[in-house]
Amino acid sequence: MTDAQLTSMALGIRKKILVMSLRSDSASHLGGGLSLVEILTCLYGKVMNYKRDDPFWISRDRFILSKGHGVLAYFAALNYVGMISDNALNTFMKDGSSLIAHPILNLELGIESSNGSLGQGLSFGAGMAKAVKMKNSNQSVFVLMGDGECNEGSVWEAAQVSAQLALDNLITIIDANGLQSDGEVANGGNPEQLKAKFQSFGWNSVLVDGHDISALSRELTKPRKPNQPLCIVARTTKGKGVSFMENNNAWHHARLTKTNFDLAMTELSQLAHG
Amino acid sequence: MVRITSEQIALWSKIGPRAVYGLAVQQLVEKNDLVIALSADLGNSSGLDRLKKSRPDRFINVGIAEQSLIGFSAGLANEGFIPFASTFAPFATMRAAEQIRMNLGYMEMNVKVVGLGSGLAMGFLGNSHYGLEDIAIMRTIPGITILSPADCTEVVKCVQYASELCGPTYLRLTGVPDNPIVYTEDYEFEIGRAISMCEGDDLAIIATGSMVSHALNASKIMSNFGMSVKVYNFHTIKPLDEVTLSEIGKNFTFIATIEEHSVIGGLGTSVAQFYSTQPDRPNVSIIGLPDNFGPTGNYQFLLNYHELQAEQLAVRIMDSYRKSQNLVENLDKS
Repeated sequence: MTDAQLTSMALGIRKKILVMSLRSDSASHLGGGLSLVEILTCLYGKVMNYKRDDPFWISRDRFILSKGHGVLAYFAALNYVGMISDNALNTFMKDGSSLIAHPILNLELGIESSNGSLGQGLSFGAGMAKAVKMKNSNQSVFVLMGDGECNEGSVWEAAQVSAQLALDNLITIIDANGLQSDGEVANGGNPEQLKAKFQSFGWNSVLVDGHDISALSRELTKPRKPNQPLCIVARTTKGKGVSFMENNNAWHHARLTKTNFDLAMTELSQLAHG
Repeated sequence: MVRITSEQIALWSKIGPRAVYGLAVQQLVEKNDLVIALSADLGNSSGLDRLKKSRPDRFINVGIAEQSLIGFSAGLANEGFIPFASTFAPFATMRAAEQIRMNLGYMEMNVKVVGLGSGLAMGFLGNSHYGLEDIAIMRTIPGITILSPADCTEVVKCVQYASELCGPTYLRLTGVPDNPIVYTEDYEFEIGRAISMCEGDDLAIIATGSMVSHALNASKIMSNFGMSVKVYNFHTIKPLDEVTLSEIGKNFTFIATIEEHSVIGGLGTSVAQFYSTQPDRPNVSIIGLPDNFGPTGNYQFLLNYHELQAEQLAVRIMDSYRKSQNLVENLDKS
């Protein structure tokens, strides 16, 4: 995809997020979903190697939404690229659906792992990355985490072993929107600090504007440093794209009314034509 | 399949369950390219020193990081490998409990978690290292097979069969070097199928892990007192062998369960829970470790302190049995 097509995909995903949230008729993680749209757009629109009509393809790149509450964007992206059907997407947050507030492993829909308990995706991804190397294959494993999630000690256990084993096919992207459930990200979790921490753990670590599609694509497609896992700290805005949601933590997990939905959709349409 | 000789049985007993686990994994790795051993800095304590040297490509030390151990192993399993991840029982099942729940339970990843030195085997290392609650924790997570071998030969069997079982497994190692021999020759082993060890009519003992040997010795002592005791080896705690338990329920009015684990949530609880739904309900006497952090010392001292040696078990069980019979008689009279 060209950057223009990716921009259009990001807009499409944002609209789907709003529709999903409205139709769910319940509170959903809007803020942290909207912040990671460009990251998923780059991954599914350009970077990752996968076949939309063969989700079981053995040579596919692996993706783990370690920040499991980012499902609005994740399911919307999988729907955009044709892995989750419209019918399936319409079951989001309905009783008995497999598409709920956190991912449930379902390869048929392109969902590689079950998440929801923060801090677990990176070690799972590291194991996958090691397995790929042991099989002399060349897939990449992408793990998307939140900056708040990096409070979890288990993240750093996984960071240690990934560097120790020189897993240069493992890429973690941190959606660094600066806010967690209770407010500002705690414990030295600003983007510069996160970049420095991963660097000090032996990773190649870069900081990038997480809404700049060309910058993100560049970092994600650059030749990787050998023997080092890659951490991309993506500086993002929680609630990105909807002015009254941006940096407003009331939208961390909230219900979208029809009035607010209409306002938000109008803004997105104006963006598209602006 | 590993050929089992009397020389091997003697050697395995001498070196103990942890070293035997390491040998068994080494043998597996030589036969199956998908098997890989991992540890959280307890490779040597898992008897894996030889594997580390001979097949460094099939051993990974993730560092002292049990949560990573489980998550990482799950990632390997997702790609088709058969990881055996070993560390001391409480570190595996408590520090990484939620990783086990998410990866082995929720996602059904084919990881073999191995709890070393469970029960009281860690002796002077103290309660921090004892496996008092591991069965209780593991059995509440859906889908995890729990194996608890009775002696070192059964450790070899469990490792072999666990590798062939496609599904998450917790292997609980109890006992220490110079481990009593329960099986003097090769025998039929099937996951989920309890083994009758000796016949008897008065009462049945259901034992697991290190306690099978003690139960057998206790049954011999009890026979000197004119009692006829049937002993079962429940090497699989989950899935529980309900077929055998139903038979036991029909044939006996009193059973004792024995385990080197807290009396809360282990084998005894599983058995009593099963009978709570059954028409034929024997009296169940649950014998295990008390609900407290007890004293520390060498392994034999601890078994003695907790009255888990054969002579003590015989006295305890006969006492409980007589009380239950008196109760029945009194009920009959009234």
